[in-house]
Amino acid sequence: MIGARILLESLKKQGVEVIFGYPGGQVLPIFDQLYDFDVKFILTRHEQGAAHAADGYARATGKVGVCLATSGPGATNLVTGIATAYMDSIPMIAITGQVGTHLIGNDAFQEADVTGITRPITKHNFLVKDVKDLACTIAEAFYIASSGRPGPVLVDIPLDIQRADAEFIWPEKIEIRSYQPTYSGHPGQIKKAAKLISQAKKPIIYAGGGIITSGAHIVLKALAEKIQVPVTTTFMGLGGFPGTHKLFLGMLGMHGTAYANHAIMESDLIIAVGARFDDRVTGRLDNFAPNAKVIHIDIDPSSISKNVRVDIPIVGDAKNIIGELLEQIKKIPDTSEWLKTITAWKKKHPLAYKHNSSVIKPQYILEQLWDLTKGDAIICTEVGQSQMWACQWYKYLVPRTFISSGGLGTMGFGFPAAIGAKLGCPKKEVFNIAGDGSIQMNIQELATCVANKINVKVLIFNNGFLGMVRQWQELFYKKRYSFTPITSPDYVLLAKSYGAVGIRVSQKTEVRKAIQKAINTDNTVFVDFRIEPEENVYPMVPTGSAINKMIEGLA
Amino acid sequence: MRHTISVLVENKFGVLARIAGLFSARGYNIASLAVSETLDPTISYMTIVVDAQDEKILEQINKQLNKLIDVITVTDFTKKDHLDRELVLVKVGCSVKDRQELESLFNKFVGKIIQAKDNTAIIEAVGDQVQIKTLLEVLEKFGVKELVRTGKLVIQN
Repeated sequence: MIGARILLESLKKQGVEVIFGYPGGQVLPIFDQLYDFDVKFILTRHEQGAAHAADGYARATGKVGVCLATSGPGATNLVTGIATAYMDSIPMIAITGQVGTHLIGNDAFQEADVTGITRPITKHNFLVKDVKDLACTIAEAFYIASSGRPGPVLVDIPLDIQRADAEFIWPEKIEIRSYQPTYSGHPGQIKKAAKLISQAKKPIIYAGGGIITSGAHIVLKALAEKIQVPVTTTFMGLGGFPGTHKLFLGMLGMHGTAYANHAIMESDLIIAVGARFDDRVTGRLDNFAPNAKVIHIDIDPSSISKNVRVDIPIVGDAKNIIGELLEQIKKIPDTSEWLKTITAWKKKHPLAYKHNSSVIKPQYILEQLWDLTKGDAIICTEVGQSQMWACQWYKYLVPRTFISSGGLGTMGFGFPAAIGAKLGCPKKEVFNIAGDGSIQMNIQELATCVANKINVKVLIFNNGFLGMVRQWQELFYKKRYSFTPITSPDYVLLAKSYGAVGIRVSQKTEVRKAIQKAINTDNTVFVDFRIEPEENVYPMVPTGSAINKMIEGLA
Repeated sequence: MRHTISVLVENKFGVLARIAGLFSARGYNIASLAVSETLDPTISYMTIVVDAQDEKILEQINKQLNKLIDVITVTDFTKKDHLDRELVLVKVGCSVKDRQELESLFNKFVGKIIQAKDNTAIIEAVGDQVQIKTLLEVLEKFGVKELVRTGKLVIQN
């Protein structure tokens, strides 16, 4: 069997349902095999789209996403997508063609040192130099990508390896002596944590993306309810705790709710689970939660004590450890006074915006979207103001319903990610919340949607600005709007020219109807909402400030 | 503070680049590096000496080293009981009449002359960091023309 076939048979063994990619000179043998192989292949219109679609598929399903590109420019076009997946710990396999082994290092046509380029943005990568290693390498790549703290793995396959013959031998079991992730927490540490929780007066659970990766949402809810502790999530943790729950504080950090930020700052115990105390969360580090002890549960030891001093580190899988904690906590802490304080904060500093009958407020669109879907949808986003509003004004009830580029903050992510999410969850309604800046970064994927009948609904919050940067220029650069006003094509005509449907909305009264029409339309829909041009995202914590020093200006 | 870190790794291409990348990405210079196979040819042993301006960053590098798939173990010897040695080769200016003076040095200091011809001598010396530093200081008056060193090797005692 030739290498190209071994690759596809290996992917089949791994249960791969769909591959996103783009052909080219150094992957011709693979595409020749794909021609009549039993796997769905989605031809995107740009390799970056393929990488984000594989990522979106992985985030929506929990399975490993797969993308495929040729050598040189094909591979370098994947780079942003790989870095995006790496920052958010998303399991993904990127397969790239490479020039023949005898040409590597010769500046051959379409040659790039892709394993070199992607070394710091992959969990691991491989250059396959012998066809006999190919099947085993693919098996190892999937194992590494999906175990421990997940992440993208790249496999670079030279042209001659794709053509070379070998017997297809699939390894039934993968063991890597130098890679053994820890899943169960240290029992002694868990006991100590349980004791600390019992003694706490003002505890808070700070939950991150690890809840979603490990499927810990059910035990997390059980823990919060048992010990009556409020829960805030990071951006990556949205959906890990029901957004409608009375113990939920919403997201914390730079654009988090005021009450979440006050609560963590005033707390005496932070139970951090699968979160990494990112700078967008902690604000000024030396002022962060000065009176709090910290229990930090994380599968990645390098996340612990990286930014914030930790009293009780517990390395392992969130679901296992929370399960153990639930059994170990015998005495329930008395949090009634603490919960009263939090209720008062919620009343005093609610999320709010100034209503207006003549212009469309972005928050209003999201309220209507929530009202029409009640959480039964997948919300993908681009990056910037529209993304932050989507964090604040939509309620995520279950994991994998909020899909957005967190760590890297990649504009152009949302639309192709929505394609991947829709393919992974065809019965779900999939929306992409976009700004007029971000949507133009991967707009070519409209062709992918229409050609494959992947019906995603793109809600464009069109304010004529690169809004988040404009907001910073307004607040910190004397309103010098340097290159943030941006023009757009006519999205209605554009959608039409691709064979999709476009709707323009300029009146508040049309908002709900337009969303309903988008849901009812059996096609990809672009809804061009002309929103208030200079609406800001509040609350906001300026960089370098403590996170309870928010600008709360009603927009 | 100067740290000596040893890393046991899979003996594969690309591993050194991954490890070096963790230091360079944080703007850390590797002061010395020694790599070789172990008794098990599938495993290599690296000894890395690095100056850490910030202990927290070094702790992070150690954790990141452990996170690399091809890394088997990481040991920071700085606070561990260990022996260290380095081999240096030094070419000094030395005329025939100075040779005896040079030779007499090695009654007090580590090293020996392994070649002497024309007006130069090549000295081989093995020692710990203090011994090597002292030797190089006393050799200065002969005029050091060339110096090569293996980098530090450590072993736990």
